[in-house]
Amino acid sequence: MVQYAHTGKESREREIPAPFVSEGKPEQKPDKEQTWEKKFNELDRYISLYAKEPGQLIIILQKAQDIFGYLPEEAQAYIAEKTGTPVSEVNGVVTFYSLFSTEPRGKCALDLCMGTACYIKGAQELMDTLKDQLQIDAGETTADHLFTVNTTRCIGACGLAPILVVNGEVHGNAKSGEIIKIIQKYRKGEDSESKKH
Amino acid sequence: MKVKNTEDLREIKDKFFPLIKQRLGHRNGLGITQVLVCSGTACSSAESQDFRLELERELERRNLRDNVRIFKTGCFGFCQHGPIAMVHPGEVFYCQVKPDDVKELVETHFLSGRVVERLLYQNNGQRANNIEDIHFFQAQKRIVLRNCGVINPEDISEYIARDGYFALADIILNKKPSEIIDKIKKSGLRGRGGAGFPTGRKWEMTAAQDVKPKYVLCNADEGDPGAFMDRSILEGDPHSILEAMAVSGYCIGAAQGYIYIRAEYPIAVERLEIAIDQARGYGLLGKNLFGTSFDFDIGLRFGAGAFVCGEETALLQSVMGQRGEPRPRPPYPAQEGLWGKPTLISNVETYANIPVILREGWEWYSGHGTASSKGSKVFSLAGKINTTGLIEVPMGTTLRTIVFDIGGGIPGGKKFKAVQTGGPSGGCIPDKYLDLPIDYESLKEIGSMMGSGGMIVMDEENCMVDIARFYVEFTQDESCGRCTPCRVGTKRLLEVLKRITEGKGEMEDLELLEELAFDIRDASLCGLGQTAPNPVISTMRYFREEYIAHIRDKTCPAGVCKALLDYTVDEAKCAACGLCAKVCAAGAITGARGQPYRIDPEKCLKCAACVAKCPKNAITKGIRKEDVNIAETGIHTGTGGQEERAAL
Repeated sequence: MVQYAHTGKESREREIPAPFVSEGKPEQKPDKEQTWEKKFNELDRYISLYAKEPGQLIIILQKAQDIFGYLPEEAQAYIAEKTGTPVSEVNGVVTFYSLFSTEPRGKCALDLCMGTACYIKGAQELMDTLKDQLQIDAGETTADHLFTVNTTRCIGACGLAPILVVNGEVHGNAKSGEIIKIIQKYRKGEDSESKKH
Repeated sequence: MKVKNTEDLREIKDKFFPLIKQRLGHRNGLGITQVLVCSGTACSSAESQDFRLELERELERRNLRDNVRIFKTGCFGFCQHGPIAMVHPGEVFYCQVKPDDVKELVETHFLSGRVVERLLYQNNGQRANNIEDIHFFQAQKRIVLRNCGVINPEDISEYIARDGYFALADIILNKKPSEIIDKIKKSGLRGRGGAGFPTGRKWEMTAAQDVKPKYVLCNADEGDPGAFMDRSILEGDPHSILEAMAVSGYCIGAAQGYIYIRAEYPIAVERLEIAIDQARGYGLLGKNLFGTSFDFDIGLRFGAGAFVCGEETALLQSVMGQRGEPRPRPPYPAQEGLWGKPTLISNVETYANIPVILREGWEWYSGHGTASSKGSKVFSLAGKINTTGLIEVPMGTTLRTIVFDIGGGIPGGKKFKAVQTGGPSGGCIPDKYLDLPIDYESLKEIGSMMGSGGMIVMDEENCMVDIARFYVEFTQDESCGRCTPCRVGTKRLLEVLKRITEGKGEMEDLELLEELAFDIRDASLCGLGQTAPNPVISTMRYFREEYIAHIRDKTCPAGVCKALLDYTVDEAKCAACGLCAKVCAAGAITGARGQPYRIDPEKCLKCAACVAKCPKNAITKGIRKEDVNIAETGIHTGTGGQEERAAL
């Protein structure tokens, strides 16, 4: 394997973000180095799958974000090397599109739809509730790495406006009270999925 | 199996048509019951899939799987009342079905043959026994959406049974490209992405380029907030897009197509992937279509959340995996597009029209619509309207028909204020234009645009200045930063609008807004910048008095802009508990036990903390009392404004 300066052992270890280190029960926590390695291996698979065709950088980055949860500099540099694209170009693409994040996201992603239909049906009030409850602004993550609040572009389910997407699950006709409940539920460490089904 | 000619297609059609025929209302003695469960984004978000799975389990349990068959289908358009399940024969239209309803549905409908009345749609108190009785569908004309809610989008055979791919076979085997281009030109079809460029001419221009290879590109980056037409077409009838792209590929001489789709539409992506796989399996995409030397294949490319990528030159960059920054035109994409080669770019809905035109003939197609705009248009109705959903009407339909007839009017007996069309590039249309037949030209004349077809209805409780601010905030955020008028101009525009909504505006700001808006429009590089000021221009044109109320009178007539509201205690309701005074950070609330509390408007920070705390709901936000009904008198009173500032 070719050695890349940016993906060297030391820098990888240093860059491992807090959630990977502090979250989870100790006995379950796999060797962090190994996890990181595994993720790069998985990324390799996608790179070799997509890099055959020109212009597939965006999908590779999307897959990388799925794997890492965000796009750390190492992953960007790795993709650049593997696809023969300048790192500057990769980073240019990453910073251009709003779906890409260079910061780790919280365990619970709260995406509030800010499409027009949701806005005129009171999405701003929901945003105020979120900000008030979590004491963070849109695009930020709480200090305990539990919540990330984002605004999203119209997801096209305007019949259910206003909409809050919690970890990919759509909550239609969302109300402030419901949001507070969701937040409390996550704070208690309960998974919304398990409670629902 | 590879399809080689029309006979092969007919064989598939004959096999599957009985199912479709029953769904079209024929009682053809099939001996089975079909349940179509809407699997579009809106219904799926409302857990239609849970219902479907539960229904499958229940039928299994009762050994009914052979008699009752369940199909996924695309959007019916009746999103407000989803999840929808339609039962054939009988066209029984069940609304808001839940997994808990399954048992009753199976026992009453499938075993006893009686309709479950409780799940039917209520039309002004009357139960709609089948889809024909629902007012929402009566004024519509479904041309593009003809297969949505009829076929299973995940099964190519059902599309073929609806005469799908027959046009493609006929064209590749028997027709010359020029004949087809001529037909499309004569049909009068114009691009449905917004600008309305004649589609036939675009094909002609791309076909005339003597460069190889060429590309066909489908713009499915439906970024307008509140618009979901393209998504519904892709989810409900993906093969129509594939067929149309293959036809256009044949006509312009391209062998490769791409669909650029937003990542926010996971269901549409999945359906497209399935459709492409199936079409390849049947030999309808790939090498040597129908045994000829014509090759055509389609790949998917994904957006990553950038509104500007809906602009065609930016879209080209993004398809090539770059930053989606637009470039000046010419050269047009028809001359230099993907990798510098001629590229035909059209929007999803435009492609969806092609198979219909080829099947029914251009004469039939051009019989719909107005003099300059032919055919139909799909709109997504949303906002303050009784029936949110997806509709299709002939061009030239009036807004009144759409909003009050099909959409069922404004909820809660509120007054209609405006319709916003064209998304962040469009404008707000006031009530005086409700009876205007809408087409590309008429909308442009009144300062809005067709756009891709998002239609947001607003009532008296929406502040037009706030709406203008909302849209400018959106375009400002989405501005790619390439050209200065857009990058800096929208920022300044937003600052002025924010100032006004916060009650810090001055009368000169109106002139400043206008000047800035026109400068941005004239000097920006691409469509995003050029149309970004439209919401400001149109609201200033039709709702100027609201701007003046914000600036001179420091009031928000609609009661939206927080800084301009007064919080008051309803003395009759107040229990004088004092909780509000305790929570008030500004010390604006005073009172004593046994006496109603009062809020000092000068000290109040409008944080609304007291409203949340009050156990009696005695504190209400309201419009400033000094406000005089501006519409009636044209006279403004109130504090603030230029005079007072001059005195200071």
